[in-house]
Amino acid sequence: MNFQFSSESIELISKIIKRYPEGRQKSALIPVLHIAQAENHGWLTTEIMNQVAEMLQIQPIEVYEVATFYSMFSLKPVGKCIIEICMTGPCCLSGAEELLAYLESKLGIKAGETTPDGMITLKKVECLAACGGAPVIKNGFNYYENMNFKKADLLLEKCTHESFTSHSNPYHQSL
Amino acid sequence: MKILLQNIDVPGIQNFEVYRRLGGYSAVEKALKTMVHSEVVKEVKDSGLRGRGGAGFPTGMKWFFIDHTTDKPKYMICNADEGEPGTFKDRYLMQHNPHLLVEGMILSSFAIESSTAYIYIRGELFSILHILEKAIGEAYANGFLGKNILGSGYSLDIYCHPGAGAYICGEETALIESLEGNRGNPRMKPPFPAVAGLYGCPTVVNNVETICNIPWIVNNSGAEFAKLGTDKSPGTKLISACGHIRYPGVYEIELGMPVNEFLYSNEYCGGIRDNHQLKAVIAGGSSVPVLPADLILRTPKGEPRLLSYESLSEGGFDSGTMLGSGGFIVMDETTCMVRQLLSYARFYYDESCGQCSPCREGTGWMEKILHRLENGRGRMKDIDLLASVAKNIEGNTICPLGDAAAWPVRSFIHHFRDEFEWHVNEPLACLNMHQVTV
Ligand SMILES: Cc1cc2nc3c(=O)[nH]c(=O)nc-3n(C[C@H](O)[C@H](O)[C@H](O)COP(=O)(O)O)c2cc1C
Repeated sequence: MNFQFSSESIELISKIIKRYPEGRQKSALIPVLHIAQAENHGWLTTEIMNQVAEMLQIQPIEVYEVATFYSMFSLKPVGKCIIEICMTGPCCLSGAEELLAYLESKLGIKAGETTPDGMITLKKVECLAACGGAPVIKNGFNYYENMNFKKADLLLEKCTHESFTSHSNPYHQSL
Repeated sequence: MKILLQNIDVPGIQNFEVYRRLGGYSAVEKALKTMVHSEVVKEVKDSGLRGRGGAGFPTGMKWFFIDHTTDKPKYMICNADEGEPGTFKDRYLMQHNPHLLVEGMILSSFAIESSTAYIYIRGELFSILHILEKAIGEAYANGFLGKNILGSGYSLDIYCHPGAGAYICGEETALIESLEGNRGNPRMKPPFPAVAGLYGCPTVVNNVETICNIPWIVNNSGAEFAKLGTDKSPGTKLISACGHIRYPGVYEIELGMPVNEFLYSNEYCGGIRDNHQLKAVIAGGSSVPVLPADLILRTPKGEPRLLSYESLSEGGFDSGTMLGSGGFIVMDETTCMVRQLLSYARFYYDESCGQCSPCREGTGWMEKILHRLENGRGRMKDIDLLASVAKNIEGNTICPLGDAAAWPVRSFIHHFRDEFEWHVNEPLACLNMHQVTV
C-alpha cells in the first residue's frame, strides 16, 4: 500500500502551513492529520504518519504522540460511516442509553465495533456540546439532534448509500 | 436587554452586507479611527466584563497584563473549543452570527496590539469553521482585515485552527500546546500566557462569548455596560439550558435574574417537562457543584437565588455553586443521581490528559467505584472512599480539570448521599431500575 496525498490536498496543506510563523510548521499537524485521515478512509497508518512527519519536518514520534492523543484520530480501520453517539450526562438524561442499546441491537454489534460488511462503525463519544438537542449523534461532520429510534433508522438507511461516507475532506465546503 | 443575541434571528445576518447594514463593524471603525490600543483596554476594564469561558476572570485586566516591554509578536486566541458538558452557547453564536465574533476579534487583537489571531475551534465543528472562514473572507474583502485596515496603519490576519477531540484543549495552556501541534497537556503557570503563551510570546486567550461582547462595549462605552447586570456581575450572559425542561435552548439574560424566573418562565426554560418536579440543577456546566431543588431556587439564607457570579456561589461548597460557563443542566425526580454522576466520572476519566497522577489515576478510580455502586456491587465504605479519592485530586494537579472532576463527585454525595446508600442497600432494586430497554 502506498499512500499519496492528492495534489489538491498538497496545495491545501501548503496554504495551511503559511498560517503559522516561519519555523512553526508543526502547528499544521492537526489540520494535516484530519486531511490525511479523510484521504485514507478514516484512519491513519504508520506509513501515513511518517509521511506527515517528513512533510512537516518533524520526528515521526511527534506525529504518533498527537495521533494517539486526540479522539478524532483512528489508528485502525473503521467503517465507511461512523455513528458517534454522545454518552455524557445531558444526553443520558434524554435517552442516549436507550438509543445506544437500540443501535447496538439493530446493527448487531457493540459500541466500538464495525459491522462485518464494513459499512458502519458504532462509537461512543463524550460531550459534543449540543446538549440542547440531546440525545445527539455525530456522523461525519454533521450533528443529528433530538434523535429517536425513527430518526436513527433514517440515518442508518442513509449510511447504506454508496456515496454517503464519514470520510470526506473536512476542508471541503460540501460536507 | 440583549447584546449578544440582538440580531441573531435576522435573516441573512451571516452575510457581511446584512451584518454591516445593522451597524456591524462600526465599532472597528470607531476604535481604529478614533482610539488608541490602551483606550480600548480601558473601556473593557471599565465595563467589568468577566470571562465567559468558565473562570470569570476580568477581561480588561487580562489584556492589561500583556507584556508590552518585549518586541516579540503578541497573539490573540479565541477559545472556541466548547466542550464543557451542558454548554452549547458558543456554537450557537458562531453559527448564527459569525461576523460578531470576527468584529470582536479585530477589536480584541487591536487592543493588545496583536497582528495575528487564531480561532481554535473544536474539531467536530468543521461546519462552523467553514462559516467562520467565510465571514473572515468577507471581512478581508471589505477591508476590515489584512494590511493597513481602514488606512489606520493597523494590520491583522485571523486564522481558524481545528482541534481533534479533546476536552482538555479548552484549558488555555493545553489549547496553546495543541495549537503548536502537540498533545494537549496543560502547562505550569506561571509564566502566564500574557507573558509567555503561544510560541513563547505574550498571548491572550478569551472565550467566544467574551469576545462577542467587545463590539457593544466599544460602541456604547464600558460605563454603559457596567450599568447592566449587578455590581459584581456586569452585563448579560448566555445560559444554555438542557435536560428535563420544556424548552431547552440558548438564552441571553441580564445577570442577576432570579433562577426561579429563568427556570419557570415561558420566555426561558418553560418549567420542568410535563408532570414532573424539579430535583436538581447543575448551574454552570458539569464541573460545578450540583444543587438540589431548594438550594438552587433559594440561597441558604432563604433569599431568592440569582443567576450571577456572587449569588450562585453564596453558601460556599456546602450549599452554593458557580456560574461557570452557563451550562444549565436540569434534572427531574426520575433522575438517578448515581447514574448521572457516573456519566460525568466517565467523561473526566476519558478526558484527563494523563499528565498528573492524582487526576489520571483518581478519575479512573472514581469511575470504577461508581460503576460498582451503580451495578449493585457497591459496599457502604465505597461512598466515603469515593469522596476521599475526589478530595485527594482536588488542588493537586497542574490544571483545574482535576478539581472539575472532583467537585461533581463531592457535591453529588454531599447532597444525595441517601441515594448512594440505597444503591448499596438495595442492589437488586437498583439493577432493575437501570435495566435499559429498547
Ligand atoms: C478542563 C478545562 C476546560 C476548559 N474548556 C473551556 C472551553 O471549552 N472554552 C472556554 O472558553 N474556556 C474553557 N476553559 C477555560 C479556559 O482555560 C480559559 O480560562 C478561558 O478560555 C479564558 O477565556 P475567558 O477569560 O474569556 O473566559 C476550560 C478550562 C479547563 C480547566
